[in-house]
Amino acid sequence: MMSSGSSVFRVGISFAIVCIFYVPTIDSLPELSPQKYFSTLQPGKASLAYFCQADSPRTSVFLEELNEAVRPLQDYGISVAKVNCVKEETSRYCGKEKDLMKAYLFKGNILLREFPTDTLFDVNAIVAHVLFALLFNEVKYITNLEDLQNIENALKGKANIVFSYVRAIGIPEHRAVMEAAFVYGTTYQFVLTTEIALLESIGSEDVENARLYFFHCKLVLDLTQQCRSTLMEQPLTTLNIHLFIKIMKAPLLTEVADDPQQVSTVHLQLGLPLVFIVSQQATYEADRRTAEWVAWRLLGKAGVLLLLRDSLEVNIPQHANVVFKRAEKGVPMEFLVLHDVDLIISHVENNIHVEEIQEDEDDDVEGPDIDTQDDEVAETVYRDRKRKLPLELTVELTEETFNATVMASDNIVLFYVDWQAVSMAFLQSYIDVAIKLKGTSTMLLTRINCADWPDVCTKQNVTEFPFVKMYKKGKNPVSYTGMLGTEDLLKFIQLNRISYPVNITSIQEAEEYLSGELYKDLISYSSMSVLGLFSPNMTTAKEDFSEAGNYLKGYVITGIYSEEDVSLLSNKYAATLPALLLARHTEGKIESIPLASTHAQDVVQIITDALLETFPEITVENLPSYFRLQKPLLILFSDGSINPQYKNAILTLVKQKYLDSFTPCWLNLKNTPVGRGILQAYFDPLPPLPLLVLVNLHSGGQVFAFPSDQAIIEENLVLWLKKLEVGLENPITILPAQEWKPPLPAYDFLSMMDAATSQHDTEKVPKCMKETDVQENDKEQYEDKSAVRKEPIETLRIKHWNRSNWFKEAEKSFKCDKEL
Amino acid sequence: MGLSALAPLWSSPGLLLVIALHPALSVPTHRDYCVLGAGPAGLQMAYFLQRAGRDYAVFERTQRPGSFFTRYPRHRKLISINKRYTGNANSEFNLRHDWNSLLSHDPRLLFRHYSRAYFPDAHDMVRYLGDFTDTLGLRVLYNTTITHVTLDKDQRAWNGHYFILTDQKGQVHQCSVLLVATGLSVPNQVDFPGSEYVEGYESVSVDPEDFVGQNVLILGRGNSAFETADNILGVTNFIHMLSRSRVRLSWATHYVGDLRAINNGLLDTYQLKSLDGLLESDLTDLAILKDSKGKFHVTLKFFLEEAGTNQSTDSITLPQDDNDNFAMRVPYDRVIRCLGWNFDFSIFNKSLRLNSGNAFGKKYPLIRASYESKGSRGLFVLGTASHSVDYRKSAGGFIHGFRYTARAVHRLLEHRHHGIAWPATELPITQLTSSIVRRVNEASGLYQMFGVLADVVLLKENATAFEYLEEFPLQMVAQLEMLTGRKAQHGLFVIIMEYGRNFSGPDKDVFFDNRSVGQTEDAWQSNFLHPVIYYYRHLPTEQEVRFRPAHWPLPRPTAIHHIVEDFLTDWTAPIGHILPLRRFLENCLDTDLRSFYAESCFLFALTRQKLPPFCQQGYLRMQGLVSTESLRQHRVESWLPRNHAATDSRLEDSSQQPGDHEPLDAPMAPGPLAQSLDSNKEEL
Repeated sequence: MMSSGSSVFRVGISFAIVCIFYVPTIDSLPELSPQKYFSTLQPGKASLAYFCQADSPRTSVFLEELNEAVRPLQDYGISVAKVNCVKEETSRYCGKEKDLMKAYLFKGNILLREFPTDTLFDVNAIVAHVLFALLFNEVKYITNLEDLQNIENALKGKANIVFSYVRAIGIPEHRAVMEAAFVYGTTYQFVLTTEIALLESIGSEDVENARLYFFHCKLVLDLTQQCRSTLMEQPLTTLNIHLFIKIMKAPLLTEVADDPQQVSTVHLQLGLPLVFIVSQQATYEADRRTAEWVAWRLLGKAGVLLLLRDSLEVNIPQHANVVFKRAEKGVPMEFLVLHDVDLIISHVENNIHVEEIQEDEDDDVEGPDIDTQDDEVAETVYRDRKRKLPLELTVELTEETFNATVMASDNIVLFYVDWQAVSMAFLQSYIDVAIKLKGTSTMLLTRINCADWPDVCTKQNVTEFPFVKMYKKGKNPVSYTGMLGTEDLLKFIQLNRISYPVNITSIQEAEEYLSGELYKDLISYSSMSVLGLFSPNMTTAKEDFSEAGNYLKGYVITGIYSEEDVSLLSNKYAATLPALLLARHTEGKIESIPLASTHAQDVVQIITDALLETFPEITVENLPSYFRLQKPLLILFSDGSINPQYKNAILTLVKQKYLDSFTPCWLNLKNTPVGRGILQAYFDPLPPLPLLVLVNLHSGGQVFAFPSDQAIIEENLVLWLKKLEVGLENPITILPAQEWKPPLPAYDFLSMMDAATSQHDTEKVPKCMKETDVQENDKEQYEDKSAVRKEPIETLRIKHWNRSNWFKEAEKSFKCDKEL
Repeated sequence: MGLSALAPLWSSPGLLLVIALHPALSVPTHRDYCVLGAGPAGLQMAYFLQRAGRDYAVFERTQRPGSFFTRYPRHRKLISINKRYTGNANSEFNLRHDWNSLLSHDPRLLFRHYSRAYFPDAHDMVRYLGDFTDTLGLRVLYNTTITHVTLDKDQRAWNGHYFILTDQKGQVHQCSVLLVATGLSVPNQVDFPGSEYVEGYESVSVDPEDFVGQNVLILGRGNSAFETADNILGVTNFIHMLSRSRVRLSWATHYVGDLRAINNGLLDTYQLKSLDGLLESDLTDLAILKDSKGKFHVTLKFFLEEAGTNQSTDSITLPQDDNDNFAMRVPYDRVIRCLGWNFDFSIFNKSLRLNSGNAFGKKYPLIRASYESKGSRGLFVLGTASHSVDYRKSAGGFIHGFRYTARAVHRLLEHRHHGIAWPATELPITQLTSSIVRRVNEASGLYQMFGVLADVVLLKENATAFEYLEEFPLQMVAQLEMLTGRKAQHGLFVIIMEYGRNFSGPDKDVFFDNRSVGQTEDAWQSNFLHPVIYYYRHLPTEQEVRFRPAHWPLPRPTAIHHIVEDFLTDWTAPIGHILPLRRFLENCLDTDLRSFYAESCFLFALTRQKLPPFCQQGYLRMQGLVSTESLRQHRVESWLPRNHAATDSRLEDSSQQPGDHEPLDAPMAPGPLAQSLDSNKEEL
């Protein structure tokens, strides 16, 4: 067969060039008789021939595909022909029956392979099979790990390997690998397999798709060492493989002492970012090792360079140790302080990931229209505009009725504007509250449209919308500051049925209050009742507490006890006066907190802190309260109720003070389905639930995952936390720190106006006049000339201008402006 | 209003008497604020001074407010509309179509309670102004004719000098600030040979019986000329109307001072060839001759001079002698002058430097855009006399315009002399779009005083909050910090109303096809009054304001936004009006101003290091917006477009990182949405 692949193809290629002269561009399939065909075969030249019966149909699916393969094969110097077997000239290649016809690959006049037509099912298969047959030595086909190891061992210190897995021979990925091998076959050893087991044995998880690895064997001098490998992450196409190999060919690490802005490598040209590890003389050795380590991790994703700060003329920020340069032109470089290799990696990966998304989207869909609503509240309210709300359940107020109504009874007033989406979204919740309260509440639910009655709203000091105020007879109006939703507003209204703090007058009443008996119907709205205990003479403390209770009305139940026998209570609950008793109704616990400071503000703080749970189920509603603590969140994502074992494990850790610097919580995906979106942002692919993650929201945005293969038990958790503490754990992702920029551009009216003016200025006056004249002349035939006015016609002309034309013109003149 | 013509005769001896002979008696009464004239502008100012608890007095020549309206307009029909129904409850909006009311907190003091007529009678205005004064208890000194105003330099005075006012009794009043609201009270007279034969609008008979079968020539082409013509149109032989330039129709110029359609009966008869007619010529070239029969002939001053003084009337050359089809060749029975009014400068001492000396300066005193005299600090001109600021542009010469400028002047004074900053509302940035939408939909000051008064949004550091200032005089924007006591260090938006740049004019066809613009991308070509928002990174300088581009009300901004004109002047359409405005604001501030449900904020809070302003200022402060079941359903159905940035189309700020916006995208699809898409996938 072939002695050396490369020489074959050099001949082939030169032949192809000759071809152009004597067989002018064979685009379509030539049809020859067997004799004629064999006479055209040249030594060393490859040729694919399809032998068919002369009386066979002139077209078939196979012939169409073969016809399409003519050109690509020609690129590789392989000619293609259809040979018609006529009776006079029988050839042994002419099959006996129509359906046994085959294609044959010759080199010179030596037969290399014969192909049943069904293996050449399409153009990809034809090209793949033909090249596979020709590149027999360059591409080794293997079926087991042993073969691979043998090749690896043979090439250590000598050459690198391109190993690929394709699901089958003849598919497009196979063709891509073969085409790459055609170019790089002499430089690298290509190895091909179709065995899933082999792929799995080298540790690939994804066996669905074709894969390609680059084995760095040339560097390996010690035969006992394994070759490092780099996985190509892009889909297998000829172009991607080509780019990938180019990057693998580039030096792993380059040292530079130039302005990073000026530095360019093959990576940048291929659209990959550059990562500069900033080094100085003193730490050069260590830095170089780090840089190499980073380079290996980022191989194929970014170029890594070692930047020597000492000999650098440009200034880079003092503390920056990493410079990140994107491939896009005109994007400023980022100077980063990253003390962990993983942070560098994730920073790069996050940024690359983004670009991929962008590319995909650019390919698939056009950019969104700036006239398309992208505000979810506005869009949903708009979509819901035709639904009739039972507005009659609330009383609509006007300028005339407002004062009389709020004076006459206890009122909740919703101030809204009917054209504002947020107002209208909240109006729905407000109506829901009305539905829930229907016939049960003494509180009148009213609303006033400030788009109709601005004076009323201004007088009530309402300047933002929507806004809710409660008006109670003889009291100052109270602004509602809770969530704009049904539940919280309902809670506010229900809890406000009584005034706070409740004055408790006997020990028995106090006990009923603490047990929840006293306000049975209210405790479902406040999970905690607070009782302030004071001796009768603590006047200021009592006043302060009353102020705090009043401040918290609508959010938590507060009561006060300061009878002579208060010591009975304080003794029972081991409290020193003044003190707070906190009755947690869901847990049935009563605890006491001494009041060191009795300032109203401090009391409010103590109570709001006490409302927080040690291991809460985090929800959309309560996240902000925990978010304020500014601690990393330790979240257990659970599909449904939490497993009591996990809960106990975490509560034990809480007790043992392991979690003091965190906010431990859990999330029930059934109650908070948006949690799935969060998991998708953290994990790819998503491991099975439950998942325990630590999210450092307030400093750095790292997300750490508790290994999903470990049981959530105390020992493992403690170990994991210790590893986290000493920095041995790598984050699974880093939350993006990007600012919220405008989602889309706005109309640039200023440039449109500029364009119109410059267009007006540059347009030659005579021409302009002429056009107007023409129109006037036209009109003159049936209109008195004096009735035709120049100005409006000019305006008209601009108006009727084709819009796309207009923008092009505008762009042009805008550019001109800039150039000038 | 108008002051006595006898004033100059009174003033000097009176002042001498006071100063020289009665020093003990003349201890001047001091007032912080003196208002001259109890007409609409004076009363409007008095109202604001009274509400602010200031020391002030209004000086009125006659015994009741609004004396101008007891005589004028001569034919008693006001052409300011009294639109009592708009279908809208919003009282601020309704002032857009109420041109007669003064501003007050009392809804009873709205003009619609005083007249049912769309064009009300002037007597109702007199009654209204009287009630306004009495109901609010404004301090007006009646029967007090100020005969002389001069300056008294004094270091202790607020402005370095006091204004010394002397009344007809010789009583002297010392004022720290002088607010001149005396209107235009002197009939404008053109001097030409024969002008003594001309009757004035102010005194001509209003009884049509007096004109039966007469040939009438009217000089002038304003509303008073047409009003006079309309009254006698049916009884005269014909009316000819003569003016320097062509008639200006208010519906073409969008200026209410030009000829209103209600007065244009003569145009109709002229164009239908019913003998009446309009002519254009410069009055100063003319001469009027009275013949022996007492009829008047029009000729040229030139002929008169040629003939010399001794010639008898009948022998002077008439134009028709050369040119026998000369238009005005018929003799007239009457010539009536309706040439408008001028400011009465006579009582003001020269040292006040109110008069500019040029032709326009004969009509109006010389003032700045802040309505303060250019010659004397502390002297402000209000009302009709202040119309030089927006003459032939906006409504500053009319009640429905100057009621707002009086308020602006009052606000300037409150800051200058009492340290009270210009009123402003501070709001979180999430309320910015709504605040602007709200004002452009209801504000009457912006609407009436288009191109003159502007709302200003002053941004706070990092654009997390802003202050909203209403109705600031546009041309003074460079001095905003000094005049208002507010800081504009972090950029500002200026919100005004504009007609299309090329739309208005006496010769414009305002009914051409496609005159209205409907597409949001063509908003900048809007013709009818529409809101325009200018964005500046820094406060413009005085230089920039002075040398702004021609036909621009303001210097070139960093960016500009036009809200597309609306047939109903209702700019609340979610896609057509609010969305483009939000995008403009977002791009100026370089932030995301969308609103989000609590659920989305929750997702962002756990998947991003930063939150959009709406979540920061709402959700994180435990004031998130919770969606209801039905809205949640819509959210799932609407695949809200992911917000990729079309970075290449951003013209500004090329330093933007292309990747900057994209990281925001992936989780943009809110939680349940992503979920539902996933489940769809599974089903497929």
